[in-house]
Amino acid sequence: MKDTNTRETLLSMENVNVSFKTHRGTVRAVRNLNLKINKGDTLALVGESGCGKSVTAHTINQLIPMPPGVIESGKVIFEGRDLLKLNIKEVAKLRGEKISMIFQEPMTSLNPVFKIGDQIAEVFMTHRQISRKEALKRTVDLLNLVKIPAAEKRINDYPHQLSGGMRQRAMIAMALASPEPGLLIADEPTTALDVTIQAQILRLISDLKKDVNMSVLLITHDMGVVAETADRVVVMYAGRKVEEADVYSLFDNPKHPYTLGLLNSLPSNEKYHNAERLEAIKGTIPDLLTIGDGCPFENRCPDAGPKCSGTFPEETKIGEDHSVWCHYLENQEPSK
Amino acid sequence: MENTEQNKLEKNSLLKEALFQLKGNKPAIIGFIIIAAFIIMAIFAPYLTPFSPTDQDISIRKTAPFVTEHLLGTDDLGRDLLTRIIFGSRISLIIGTISVGISLTFGILIGLLSGYIGGWFDNIVQRLVDIMLAFPYILLTIVIVALLGPSLVNAMIAIGISQIPSYIRVVRASVLAEKENDYVTAERSLGASDRELMFKSILPNCIAPIFVQATLGIGNAILSSAALSFLGLGAQPPTPEWGLMIASSREFVTSAWWIVTFPGIAVFLTVLGFNLLADGLRDVLDPRMKS
Amino acid sequence: MLKYILKRLALLLPTLFGVITLVFFMIALAPGDPARVMLGERATADSVEQLRHDLGLDKPLYVQYGLYLQRVVKLDLGKSIKSGQKVSEEIWDHFPATIELTIWAMIFSTVVGIIIGVLSATRKNGWIDFASMGGALMGVSMPVFWLALVLIMIFSVKLDMFPTGGRMNIRYYFTPITGLYVLDGILIFFKSGDIKVFISALHHLVLPAVALGTIPLAIIARITRSSMLEVLNQDYIKTARSAGIKESKVIYRYALKNALLPIITVIGLQFGLLLSGAILTETVFAWPGIGKWIYHAIEARDYPAVQGGIIVISTTFVLINLVVDILYSIVNPKIRLS
Repeated sequence: MKDTNTRETLLSMENVNVSFKTHRGTVRAVRNLNLKINKGDTLALVGESGCGKSVTAHTINQLIPMPPGVIESGKVIFEGRDLLKLNIKEVAKLRGEKISMIFQEPMTSLNPVFKIGDQIAEVFMTHRQISRKEALKRTVDLLNLVKIPAAEKRINDYPHQLSGGMRQRAMIAMALASPEPGLLIADEPTTALDVTIQAQILRLISDLKKDVNMSVLLITHDMGVVAETADRVVVMYAGRKVEEADVYSLFDNPKHPYTLGLLNSLPSNEKYHNAERLEAIKGTIPDLLTIGDGCPFENRCPDAGPKCSGTFPEETKIGEDHSVWCHYLENQEPSK
Repeated sequence: MENTEQNKLEKNSLLKEALFQLKGNKPAIIGFIIIAAFIIMAIFAPYLTPFSPTDQDISIRKTAPFVTEHLLGTDDLGRDLLTRIIFGSRISLIIGTISVGISLTFGILIGLLSGYIGGWFDNIVQRLVDIMLAFPYILLTIVIVALLGPSLVNAMIAIGISQIPSYIRVVRASVLAEKENDYVTAERSLGASDRELMFKSILPNCIAPIFVQATLGIGNAILSSAALSFLGLGAQPPTPEWGLMIASSREFVTSAWWIVTFPGIAVFLTVLGFNLLADGLRDVLDPRMKS
Repeated sequence: MLKYILKRLALLLPTLFGVITLVFFMIALAPGDPARVMLGERATADSVEQLRHDLGLDKPLYVQYGLYLQRVVKLDLGKSIKSGQKVSEEIWDHFPATIELTIWAMIFSTVVGIIIGVLSATRKNGWIDFASMGGALMGVSMPVFWLALVLIMIFSVKLDMFPTGGRMNIRYYFTPITGLYVLDGILIFFKSGDIKVFISALHHLVLPAVALGTIPLAIIARITRSSMLEVLNQDYIKTARSAGIKESKVIYRYALKNALLPIITVIGLQFGLLLSGAILTETVFAWPGIGKWIYHAIEARDYPAVQGGIIVISTTFVLINLVVDILYSIVNPKIRLS
């Protein structure tokens, strides 16, 4: 097991609160979030859709549409600077230069009316003083790096001429076009792909991560993907962090009922299945408009008790790098 | 079956909910108020003004506005401008409603059949629609009126006819979308006749886009009828029609601005009212536009 | 790509054929005897009969239709009753004026409309958005001819900035080269160094082009806004932003090029509006174009002229829409490369 504490921190979020002001009221999308990503690590942010994963990612590179979005409080420290205090120019400079992002839908994430090569070359030219010709040459190199065959020809293709897997590779190439790739935010990078392609893309991301020594923030709802790629894991539910651990502790000894539920829904994972737990988590995510201060999982939790609706639980340390936020840990049966 | 019934009910209440939502849509409310004002003007026209829209009095011709009891002044023949505008609202609203009525009736009928029957019938109708839409709209109207002879009634007919193709399009498109729904299949399997299906099941669920189109259509028809009258192809003197009033004011652009300006403002306001309302309706009825 | 254009051209022919047929039957089946209508109530029965014969109206309808088609295919639109001149020649004389007016109105409305639309979309719900969308709604609610009169009243009569009508200062004698006076003005300037024709042509164009362009402008601004708003929500815009592309580039290059697709379609449809609007605008501004010409033909019940004019205007409209479709396919690689 890696000793994560001794590694250098690349990015940390402290007490971040993000809401959206809609005409129906305030949606509290992310609440009191703390997390950190070490240099060279992959941190997986796990949860169902709507749990605040993507909002968290967009808070980092400040792509939250404002209005209606409001970052109410908190700090996002990246290389010693609080990103939330930067002005618009500095943020724009940071985007693509040190923090890149790839998205879930390779089908819609590339601009349909521009050639692949031009889109990637544009990123080169944005961050470096180089000619278009030079930029296109480097683009070909990058496409080779992400293992797109016949790269010299592909740069003249439009996105709709590529398959989903190839497009996601092109997206990754675009992310790598940044001069100093420090952090790659991958928002469900494989969800829209075939299973076989998924594995290839995940391997590609892992390999590249080592090659250029960047960190990855991997956003996913798929525990299988987490097991394959992550070093550390943060489980989010309805805007709250509910469990955080290195990947081994989490899979060996999941503590939060929600984490258990997620693992339960993994198809081939007999280990977490037992008679009392259902395969799928019952109920639905609470409405973030009307949500109170208690534990958001209360209405779906098999272990819920009277304390749950009142306040959000304090942190309970399970191990050196394993914490959980739950009032009724004692109700849980040992999972092994 | 329960499910499909429910589906239909939900759609109906969707329309009701949409109308309810209109209450919160400011532009739509403004539009509605403008339209209501003109309707009231039209209904109570004789009680709203002491003057006659047609009586001439050369001695007070071209009286400037806001100085005498003729609030908006008088025209070149000494007729009270405000009175003529008030009476003009009758004509414009009637033209708008009737010509839209014409296009609605034929548009719905043909569009329904075309979308429902499909096949060769649909093909022929669509080619005809294409051809009619290849004519610039006002030109088509002008030609029809010219052929029928210039008059207010013929102008209404011409406007009604030339708008039919766009209604066919709208109705057909929503019929095609609606036809695929489960409730239609379910009702057909339960032995509903084609006529029942078309008019009782499909049509009520296509109402939303038709409603929007018709609201826009009234505004358009009022504009067109003003244009036709302006060209001498619609209402004939001394009818207090707004377009005609603007036409006969042309020679006074240098001497009496009010004769030009006020009838135009009347047309503008009425059409604006319908456009605002249509915009609001579209916002609440078209879920795609909701954000 | 070539195949696509050919396919579109092939689709065009039935539409044009339909237009010609419809025009023919509309006029042939109109109530009243055209010959009688043309000659007036006091004409003798003999002269009416003579005209019927001259026009071929005494033949059975299907024969008339066949002859008519034959002539149209040979681009022979018959002779004007009123002037005795060939209809095609008269149209040829009047068309450049309309083309010039329409093109400038279109340039005005497209450029201004797109700028306003983009500004509104990027400042959604701000005061610019509010004002321009309110303005756009007002624009589509205005009668063109009234707007034209109001413009004349303000800018010609009151402020004396622009002429009230016509295409050219009548004291300038010049022989049209292309018939598009602004272009002619440029050519004359290069030939003789005389710029006053160019200036006068532009000067006369401003008010009619603005009047004619206002409604399309409003429509284009609205569609640009909604199209831009939709595009700005797309993933690839997020991608571009997250890659650090400058915001101005994201909007004016990445987003606008995508947003242009629906805008182009709408612009094509506006030409129909412009061509019909030209009838009204040309009447108000004494603009010697085809709109004013066809209006007088309608007034005089000059049926051959009306038929010819409608066919030419509709054909132009259909052809413009073809050009627009081709433009669309050039901007959209999905169509271009399929």
